[in-house]
Amino acid sequence: MKATSRGTASSVRPPEDSKEGIHMIDMKEIVKKYQMGSQTVYALNGVTMKISDGEFVAVVGPSGSGKSTLMNIIGCLDVADSGQYELNGKPIAKYSERQLARIRNENIGFIFQGFNLLPNINALENVELPLIYQNLNHSRRKKQALDALERVGLSDRIRHRPGELSGGQQQRVAVARAIAGKPSMILADEPTGNLDTKTGKEIIGLLRELHNQGNTIVLITHDSTIAAQAQRCVYIEDGYVKGGVRT
Amino acid sequence: MIIQSLRMAFKSILANKMRSLLTMLGVIIGIIAVTVLISIAQGTTSSVTSSIESLGTNLLTVNIRSFRNNSLTVNGLIEFAEKESESIGNVAPIVSQSVTSKAGDITYSEGTLEATVPGYEKIRNLSVEYGRFLTQPDLDNRSYVAVVGTDVADELFGTRNILGEKIRINGYEFSVVGVLAEKGTTVSGSSDNRIIIPFTLGQRLLFSTGIRTFYVSANSPDVVTTAQSVLEEYLNGIFSTSTEVSTSGEISNSAYTVFNQSDMLTTITDTTNTLTLMLGGIAGISLLVGGIGIMNIMLVSVSERTREIGIRKAIGAARGAILIQFLIEAIVVSGLGGIIGLLLSMGLIVILTQALSISLALSPAVAEFAIGFSLLIGIVFGMYPANKASKLTPIDALRYEG
Repeated sequence: MKATSRGTASSVRPPEDSKEGIHMIDMKEIVKKYQMGSQTVYALNGVTMKISDGEFVAVVGPSGSGKSTLMNIIGCLDVADSGQYELNGKPIAKYSERQLARIRNENIGFIFQGFNLLPNINALENVELPLIYQNLNHSRRKKQALDALERVGLSDRIRHRPGELSGGQQQRVAVARAIAGKPSMILADEPTGNLDTKTGKEIIGLLRELHNQGNTIVLITHDSTIAAQAQRCVYIEDGYVKGGVRT
Repeated sequence: MIIQSLRMAFKSILANKMRSLLTMLGVIIGIIAVTVLISIAQGTTSSVTSSIESLGTNLLTVNIRSFRNNSLTVNGLIEFAEKESESIGNVAPIVSQSVTSKAGDITYSEGTLEATVPGYEKIRNLSVEYGRFLTQPDLDNRSYVAVVGTDVADELFGTRNILGEKIRINGYEFSVVGVLAEKGTTVSGSSDNRIIIPFTLGQRLLFSTGIRTFYVSANSPDVVTTAQSVLEEYLNGIFSTSTEVSTSGEISNSAYTVFNQSDMLTTITDTTNTLTLMLGGIAGISLLVGGIGIMNIMLVSVSERTREIGIRKAIGAARGAILIQFLIEAIVVSGLGGIIGLLLSMGLIVILTQALSISLALSPAVAEFAIGFSLLIGIVFGMYPANKASKLTPIDALRYEG
């Protein structure tokens, strides 16, 4: 289930032969600061990290460590103040808002703590949403969305609205939405934060399964037991990377 | 993309039915006000115009003010008309007065006695339903004959075909030789209360000497001005003593006035057009208010749906996509309002036509304008909220707790 077959993503993907040399995520000295009144707060103070294609990496840190800021930058929702961020070998610092939207749409699948599904439309329509912005035609959109829902085991709930689904089911719809567009990376921000332990485990299991099928997954969490499910952990604290552990 | 935005717009409208309806109400009322008021104004214009046209746009009315040197005669006028037959069709002197007429015990007091000549029939576009109009022998013999309108027949006899019946006016007995076709009531009052008798007899009956009022018809509306100048020349010849040459060299004559029907038509058309514009403008203000209502609701909708905008942007919606989505939503609301308003005003116009018994019609131009204008309102008043929505950054929008 690699995105290599997709023509639209090729612009930000490395050529096949140089794949080993280029990382999917390559961050150097990323700095992000906020102005709080007269004080400048450094949310990220020189983060350097690399994530390879096909990895399952957990970014772990306590609240206030800057991991949410890091996730915004990885997810191209925000741009760093200094430092270099290359996604699939392309520096994104100079991209326009429109190009960033396109990268988010085609290369990144988001899974949020609060599910972030649109309440007024059903599961199928929610999963179709990123595909609409890819300008896919109706039948192709529907097919890809149904495939994604099948992979998360919700084929029998496609006409249900988010309010009619349990938390675990809603998060599975969100996972389906993240994978429907066949992105090169899945970015999960505290995906189990709003779920009980059992359904949380199910979601992590689903992520592992997706990883086994070849997806690159970046999981952001404060919970080290969940982080332990990943291939590799990156610890972050006070805006620095404190170390990494391969599990 | 556009089709998708349209579907999303309809979904969001259906999700908030009450609110959407209230928003649309502003546009609906505005469109009804504009279309109905303009239709009423246009209907009135065309009814006034057609009632004036039915009097004949090629009609000239001459009133003689001078009693001195009034040497106008019926035969003189007829000769004049024959001589100037290139531009002038008919002439008809008239003496008229309100009279009370009787038939047996029944009295009819609303009649208008009109003493005139056969040419009057053509000049005033009269048509005879039963019997005949006046003839030259009636005038020559001063016959006691009358041609009456339908109201007169209805009131006095309860039936229309009353040829040969007798009616009494001022103690004289007239025999009915003709009944006019019904003309109906117009802005200038009923035309069906006429009692038409020979001019020569009327002069004697009403103690009127000479000719004080007469009608002249031009051969066609195109030659009215020619006819008028020929007529004035003729009258200046007769009333030469009253002719004054003003300092500007214009000849004016205080002895008579010539009233031109088409001048009046132009004046009335100008007036009603101004009226239409004014009514449309006033109604347009309510449309404007409706538009502001749309902007208001769209702004509320943007802040209510900040999180939705954040989600859409996070999963790849560019600014343009969000802008189009909200703009289309505004256009759909105002466009739907416009269509509903138009349908309602069509119904209202049908009802008003029957209730007020005037002919109103929604002209296609007004309908097109209404729809076009409501769409325009959607664009104009939707642009600001849509632009605001599209400018939200995804992180801020996602963090927003609505």
